[in-house]
Amino acid sequence: MPVIRDELMQVRASDDIVRVRQMVRALAVELGFGLVDQTKIVTAASELARNTLDYGLGGTTLMEVLEENSRIGLRITFEDNGPGIADIDLAMTDGYTSGRGLGLGLSGAKRLSNEFTIESRVGEGTRIAITRWKGR
Amino acid sequence: MTPTGTSKIPDILTKYRADILTDWTRQQLENTAMRRGVLRESDVTEQSGEFLNAFAEAVGAGNLTDLRGEKWDAVREVLAAVSRSRAKKGFTPSETAMFVFSLKQSLLTRLRAEIGDDTDAVASEGWTVNTILDRLGLFTTEIYQKGREEVILRQQQELMELSTPVVSLWENVLALPLIGTLDSARTQVVMESLLQAIVKSGAAIAIIDITGVPTVDTLVAQHLLKTVAAARLMGADCIISGIRPQIAQTIVHLGVDLGDVITKATLADAFALALQRSGMMVASVKGRS
Amino acid sequence: MERIPILKMGRYLLVTVQVDMHDRLAMTLQDDLTNQIVEHKARAVLIDISTLEIVDSFIGRMLANIAAMSRVLDAMTVVVGMQPSVAITLVELGLSLKGVYTALNVEKGMEFLTTSLSGEDGADAGNTG
Repeated sequence: MPVIRDELMQVRASDDIVRVRQMVRALAVELGFGLVDQTKIVTAASELARNTLDYGLGGTTLMEVLEENSRIGLRITFEDNGPGIADIDLAMTDGYTSGRGLGLGLSGAKRLSNEFTIESRVGEGTRIAITRWKGR
Repeated sequence: MTPTGTSKIPDILTKYRADILTDWTRQQLENTAMRRGVLRESDVTEQSGEFLNAFAEAVGAGNLTDLRGEKWDAVREVLAAVSRSRAKKGFTPSETAMFVFSLKQSLLTRLRAEIGDDTDAVASEGWTVNTILDRLGLFTTEIYQKGREEVILRQQQELMELSTPVVSLWENVLALPLIGTLDSARTQVVMESLLQAIVKSGAAIAIIDITGVPTVDTLVAQHLLKTVAAARLMGADCIISGIRPQIAQTIVHLGVDLGDVITKATLADAFALALQRSGMMVASVKGRS
Repeated sequence: MERIPILKMGRYLLVTVQVDMHDRLAMTLQDDLTNQIVEHKARAVLIDISTLEIVDSFIGRMLANIAAMSRVLDAMTVVVGMQPSVAITLVELGLSLKGVYTALNVEKGMEFLTTSLSGEDGADAGNTG
């Protein structure tokens, strides 16, 4: 899938979550996403950036603008070298949390995206990618 | 196919440009006699001239096989413009493709006149002309199709917006009468326009009337529930009315939990409840029955 | 330290959230509000989020917490002015903010509070008379 542009950001502190939100918003606005689509992808990014910080102990966020069959999309990949997730199915369950959150981060982010992939290895880290296509 | 460089086509196009253009234009006007009035002679001449220039240049550049390549960009551009304008004027796909096909006759005639003594060359060059023009003809059809699809898409969008009017029933009370089949895309548009109208009008109660909706499946039911939940987060209450018996049965059979959503059988019942909640009532005037 | 201002209007507290809140700021607001409810014997808290462009699960949880905490302190919380796009997203996220009162704008929120709280005053008046 052709990537026409990308931006990499660090997620090390709570302020970085705000920065990720603002960057995703700016990209979504630039790509001409509708207001609801913008809000959905920004919210999903906010959830996952917080997960990267809280559970992954910090990591990176990669934002990529995709173009495929004349449609435009925004893919955001969150990567950390944290403890990893032992049971992904359980982690994806609404309401389940190993921390002090509401347990809506992963499942909610998935519902707010058009595509969602998660890979994790215990002791090595976690990589989650979400994509939202324009106007769907 | 004739090896690049030895083809006589570029020479012929340059040498007989004026003659070919005249022949071709006349041919087109004959073919589209029915369309006279829609298609002006000056337009046809201009479009044909533009095409011939681009075509001569592309052929001259040597590559006679890769019509998708950049050497043919200008040709495809001219063709796309012609196809779009003809699609808009109501031409059929074949009439549109005839623009290119009708060039064959005059081009082949010149070719034969020029190198008629060499039958092998005529056959081979003729084949080249045929192949190129056939492919360009198909290209116009593709563009024509795309243009039509764009029109359909735009109409669908307009229809979607038209078909979801949010009306004000009373101060503080909005109604959204849904008519027709609800699919996911349409429900999303409906949901957003209702919520926007709530913010704009400040109405605290919205009635979603589904009398005109033939069927409700799980997905549609879920969309309705989400709309109600979103409205509540904004500070407005929704009432769903017009639930016909079959739909009530479906909802129960599907196991959809309407939760604490208020439902009423008719829009009138819902309106009465909305008025009551706003602290108003409807009373009959004495002396009339 | 950065803070979100809390306005006192009679026995109501009014908060207008106008910035993209980072998590620490949200936690500070939660602390400040509970302190001020007690300090001013406030009957209600109005939180205006009409300029907020997103509410994620963290801010959503903060709103629910403020509502629950103020309830314990015998005050009502009304969240007003949530934008449609935010509401749609929050529903998709799976958050319904159960137990939080909502209103379309500050004016409607005030109306709602006045109606809800006048019932109590009326009961008091009945007892004395």
